[in-house]
Amino acid sequence: MLTFILKRLGLAVLVALTVSFISFVLLFLAGDPAAALAGETASGEDIEAIRRLYGFDRPMLVQYVDWLYSAVRGDFGESYYFRLPVASLIAERLSVTMTLGVCGITFALLTAVPLGVAAAIRPNSIIDRVALFLSVAGQAMPSFWFGLILIVVFAIQLGWLPPSGASSPAHFIMPTIVLGYYAMPAIMRLTRAGMLEVLSSDYIRTARAKGAPEGRVLFRHALRNAIIPVVSLAAVQMGFMLGGSIVVESIFALHGAGYLAWESIARNDLPTVQALILVFSMFYIVFTFLADVLNAWLDPRMRSS
Amino acid sequence: MDKPLLSVRNLTIDIPVGGGTLHAVRGIDFDLNRGETLCIVGESGSGKSLTSLALMGLLGKNIRRSADRMDFDGTDLITAGPRKMRALRGGRISMIFQEPMTSLNPAYTIGDQLTEALLLHRKVGREAARARAVELLEKVGITAAESRLSQYPHQLSGGLRQRVMIAMALMCEPELIIADEPTTALDVTIQAQILRLLYDLGREMNMAMILITHDLGVVARVADKVAVMYAGELVETGSAQEVFGAPAHPYTRGLLRCIPLPGKTERGSELGTIPGIVPSLIGDVEGCAFRTRCPHALPECRAEIPRRGAGEHLFRCVHPDGAVSAEDVPA
Ligand SMILES: Nc1ncnc2c1ncn2[C@@H]1O[C@H](COP(=O)(O)OP(=O)(O)OP(=O)(O)O)[C@@H](O)[C@H]1O
Ligand SMILES: [Mg+2]
Repeated sequence: MLTFILKRLGLAVLVALTVSFISFVLLFLAGDPAAALAGETASGEDIEAIRRLYGFDRPMLVQYVDWLYSAVRGDFGESYYFRLPVASLIAERLSVTMTLGVCGITFALLTAVPLGVAAAIRPNSIIDRVALFLSVAGQAMPSFWFGLILIVVFAIQLGWLPPSGASSPAHFIMPTIVLGYYAMPAIMRLTRAGMLEVLSSDYIRTARAKGAPEGRVLFRHALRNAIIPVVSLAAVQMGFMLGGSIVVESIFALHGAGYLAWESIARNDLPTVQALILVFSMFYIVFTFLADVLNAWLDPRMRSS
Repeated sequence: MDKPLLSVRNLTIDIPVGGGTLHAVRGIDFDLNRGETLCIVGESGSGKSLTSLALMGLLGKNIRRSADRMDFDGTDLITAGPRKMRALRGGRISMIFQEPMTSLNPAYTIGDQLTEALLLHRKVGREAARARAVELLEKVGITAAESRLSQYPHQLSGGLRQRVMIAMALMCEPELIIADEPTTALDVTIQAQILRLLYDLGREMNMAMILITHDLGVVARVADKVAVMYAGELVETGSAQEVFGAPAHPYTRGLLRCIPLPGKTERGSELGTIPGIVPSLIGDVEGCAFRTRCPHALPECRAEIPRRGAGEHLFRCVHPDGAVSAEDVPA
């Protein structure tokens, strides 16, 4: 188990380094950073001065190591647009994004897993059809459209929920539903398929032959095995949500990290974009690593391989 | 003699399939006393597994089961509700399945799976259950039994897993054990060894056993009673001596000719095969299902087949003596 975790950890660090290098190079591919920093009216001499000041004249590898060293200590440089440290800019926005991500994945799991299990227990029943309908609808309906419908109904017509902002828990209800519903169909279908397969397996018959009550058969014997791939999927989706909730954040004007990324791209604010890419990738890597560890914990066959 | 432990009359199993209804098991009867071993033999697809699953109440949802009588020690298995069946399963009747590789749950340790039935059915503590598990693992010939409890199924070979399955079925000392070809998935060299072990443990605990196997050599050695199954019917039942000594049904004779039996088959004599294929059991099945492959078939074989025989030795054939005289049976 320990060697497995160490191996996965090593892999995660390697991936993280690669990603950091790519996001660093991005800055150079996007054009001359000194020119961007100097502004449109700057003369050639000014640009050269800035180049030396910021160290852009040094070899790229040296610059990378330098940048990485600062990044590890939490220093991502200064935003071109806000003239503020990128790190504090992101930290401020990240709590909104993280709250939304955690709520979103929780909502998705709490709806998808019970629905998937119920659908698998009685395939082709009413509940199975409802689950299928919800998952197809969730897949077909764009998030911004679903979000707008919710705003029209619950904020404007009924006046139950605030339409935008992030100042109270109530502000997070609609964004959570929209984000969670986006992740729900895949989790639901994977749970259903896994349960169907496991329920027809020989070891479930063995459990029944022992006289195990149906609830024990379903949850202890079946779900325990069917949930393994669902855990990986949910962890990857969680990583995705933390970086990918740009649409949801902009519909509900939740000023989170996704929204900041979108703004910064539009403003050509390269240090911010670069740092956000790095942070989002790290989330992704961390959650993939967590998924592997959780999987190994759930599946004894993985532990020993 | 006492009332039999298990008494089955006219057990019928129908499966709805694409083109109609598959009459997989059609009206089988048998009795089994405490401590007795009944061997069910018959070729692949004759309905042996379905019969055992029907006794356990573990047939699939879409499979229909009916019987005039299915009595286990005073409990009617046909009308018993899920709660009553659960109390019997694993506690008083247990089953060993055909597939050792896939019949253990990959997510739990051997110890967890061994003790489960005991903890469910008997008032014992975790420690006592583990002690019992170790005891049984040793009984089924597993070395370092204690350390196996914390292992997972994937860490054991097929032979070990099947031994674990046997130990698991014995945990509650059931009165009836149903073993459905418990060794087919194993190496030939250990098949006989495991069957022997199972039989000896059964004797030791005075359990009744239904043993389903293709190995007629084993049947000859262990069976008190033999039931020969063909295409969903018991074509011949009786004591092992009667069935092996004076096989009445042409199918039984054909089956016995297919295998060498110690002391029965002369060295160098040719082994027979039964030509032909099993008929489809979808739709109405009339008359004797074996007639298309039977060397003694008559037009009457299409009609209702009389049940013949005396005492416990019964068979179904239009020929009063199963046409034994018409055949030159090797002595
Ligand atoms: N769930 C099912 N759906 C459709 N047909 C089935 C089902 N289960 C069994 N059958 C059919 O019923 C017949 C009897 O099956 P069964 O498994 O009892 O045979 P068996 O005697 O145990 O054979 P084997 O020696 O190969 O294990 C077979 O023709 C099989 O194809
Ligand atoms: Mg079978």
